Amino acid sequence: MEAIRARCAAHQGFVTKRLGSSWLRARWSTAATIAGLILLAVVPWFLSDFQLSLLSKFLVFAIVAISIDLIWGYAGILSIGHGVFFGLGAYAFGMYLKLEAAGSRLPDFMAWSGLTELPWFWRPMADPPVALLMVFIAPMAVGALLGLLAFRSGIHGVYFAIVTQALALILGILLVGQQPYTGGTNGLTNFSTVFGLPIIHPDVQLGLYYAALVCLTGAFALCLVLTRSRFGLLLVALRDDPRRVRALGYDPVAINVLVFTISAGLAGLAGALFAPIVGIVAPTMVGVVPSIEMVIWVAVGGRATLVGPVIGAIVVNWAKSGLSERFPDFWLYFLGALFIGSVLLFPNGIAGFVRSAVSRSIRFSPRAPRAKEAPESVVPVPVEAQPEATGGRG
Amino acid sequence: MNGAGSPPILALSSVCVSFDGLAVLDELDFSMERGELRFLIGPNGAGKTTMLDVITGRTRPASGSVIYQGVVDVVHKQEHELARLGIARKFQTPAVFGSLTIYENLEVALGFKQTLPRFFRPLSPTERERVDAVLETIALIDRRNDRAALLSHGELQWLEIGMLIVQDPKLLLLDEPVAGMTRPERDKTGFILKAIAGSHSILVVEHDMAFVREFASTVSVMHLGKILSHGSMEQVQSDPRVVEVYLGHRHNEKDGHAHR
Repeated sequence: MEAIRARCAAHQGFVTKRLGSSWLRARWSTAATIAGLILLAVVPWFLSDFQLSLLSKFLVFAIVAISIDLIWGYAGILSIGHGVFFGLGAYAFGMYLKLEAAGSRLPDFMAWSGLTELPWFWRPMADPPVALLMVFIAPMAVGALLGLLAFRSGIHGVYFAIVTQALALILGILLVGQQPYTGGTNGLTNFSTVFGLPIIHPDVQLGLYYAALVCLTGAFALCLVLTRSRFGLLLVALRDDPRRVRALGYDPVAINVLVFTISAGLAGLAGALFAPIVGIVAPTMVGVVPSIEMVIWVAVGGRATLVGPVIGAIVVNWAKSGLSERFPDFWLYFLGALFIGSVLLFPNGIAGFVRSAVSRSIRFSPRAPRAKEAPESVVPVPVEAQPEATGGRG
Repeated sequence: MNGAGSPPILALSSVCVSFDGLAVLDELDFSMERGELRFLIGPNGAGKTTMLDVITGRTRPASGSVIYQGVVDVVHKQEHELARLGIARKFQTPAVFGSLTIYENLEVALGFKQTLPRFFRPLSPTERERVDAVLETIALIDRRNDRAALLSHGELQWLEIGMLIVQDPKLLLLDEPVAGMTRPERDKTGFILKAIAGSHSILVVEHDMAFVREFASTVSVMHLGKILSHGSMEQVQSDPRVVEVYLGHRHNEKDGHAHR
């Protein structure tokens, strides 16, 4: 009896410690997130125009990374065709920018291709509200349709990933092939103004940077709400065992389609920001290769962490802009090595690595962790199994 | 909807299922009353799990009818719709969500009838009480914050039973709840079953004869896709057909294996 009581006491101590460290860790990650946001808010004052536009682009990519983390990290849906949704958003807003630049004339590439009047689907895009609406509607509609068709017929996992990849390939071919309507290989470029403001003006570029930062924060907050609520539990349940979720009385198709559509919308938003920030929308940015790169950002940053993919997108693209300038042929090998290395050595990515390092240091810190509540009732049965739980994640 | 007399909670009549030409369920007739705790036994390949698949909408029968609560035609419903109507099933191999804690597993199970916006608010106090009560019943209350992946085999089974009872189903289907359990675990499972029987109709598929003997009131014996015998454990055990196909076979287990 005495022995049992001693073991229970040890067990209670373990529970308190666990709650204490998770509480500390939650505080720590919130603080780190806020610090990161403040850093991103003030950093433009220390950057050249060129560096600022690069960072703007990285923030845009971070939004895409979050959108992929939502479906891949939490719901377990791997999409290697997210360039499609990014591209639909980018082209939707690019069409508006192109029409604004062309004024009352036909966009230059249409004239070169022999078109004499604006195609019907281009006409409404001159209207900013319509264009902004299409930035969301186009990717979300395609996402919902794809999700509905695939998930309804039980296409999951690798097979779904292949379908998304095929879609990226199709869009790439379509964009290149339909030159009179899409600008072909060159894409849409030579933008001049956005909402009447000169795009290349430093103040406008600064504004675009903050627009990207606000959108990133918004996307982050949205995904935080989605994943930290009970809806997030449902997504993780779906990742663990979709058949069990169905047996519990949920319709996995509806949940999958919903979350995939939201993700597509976020990727579309990122695309729309990309167009004025980079000044060009081309097929090479929406096809197969960029789609795979987007997944790598998430894998390197750390799945199911939301912060990780943001860091991953920024770090990988920062490395890319540095390395691909100096060693253009070498970059893809480096990217591949980075992917393999992160999967083998840091399966939970940068965020997972940092997280485990921090919780290790918290566990050994001399400061007594704060106890939230100690469980009142103690049934001694499962105590034996407890100590194993201390190691590893927690 | 109910009221008029009391239709059986579940009635299968002439249900046929075949896989690749092999009849797994052969003109199966089966029915259960409300509040009944029924055990279903039978040798391997008798079609027990397939029968559960039919009842939960996972397998569509080639012919025959399956009526739940006297009105619901199970054959034309989808699996998740049937779960919403109160048919809950524990699978043969424990299926819980390993990345979630025990408490979160029950939270997910509990929300099965809630609307989407409700998922963005936490559980209400009454719902939390219900989860706690279930945790008490399955004796996992002090492990509520542990990941389900850390549970032992027996604890997984209890958690899965807990995920069913938190949904307050009308009909519980348990596929081999004590398979692979130690004796104390088995007894605990028996007590959990007794605690929830009466308020629910329960159908248990089981291989463990000692467990069935101890806890069963009514037993149905299945063989080659049909119900062979039905009654109390004593009645069933003294049925010569049952002795021949199942219990007798058990006594000569070594011979039986040698013939295969």
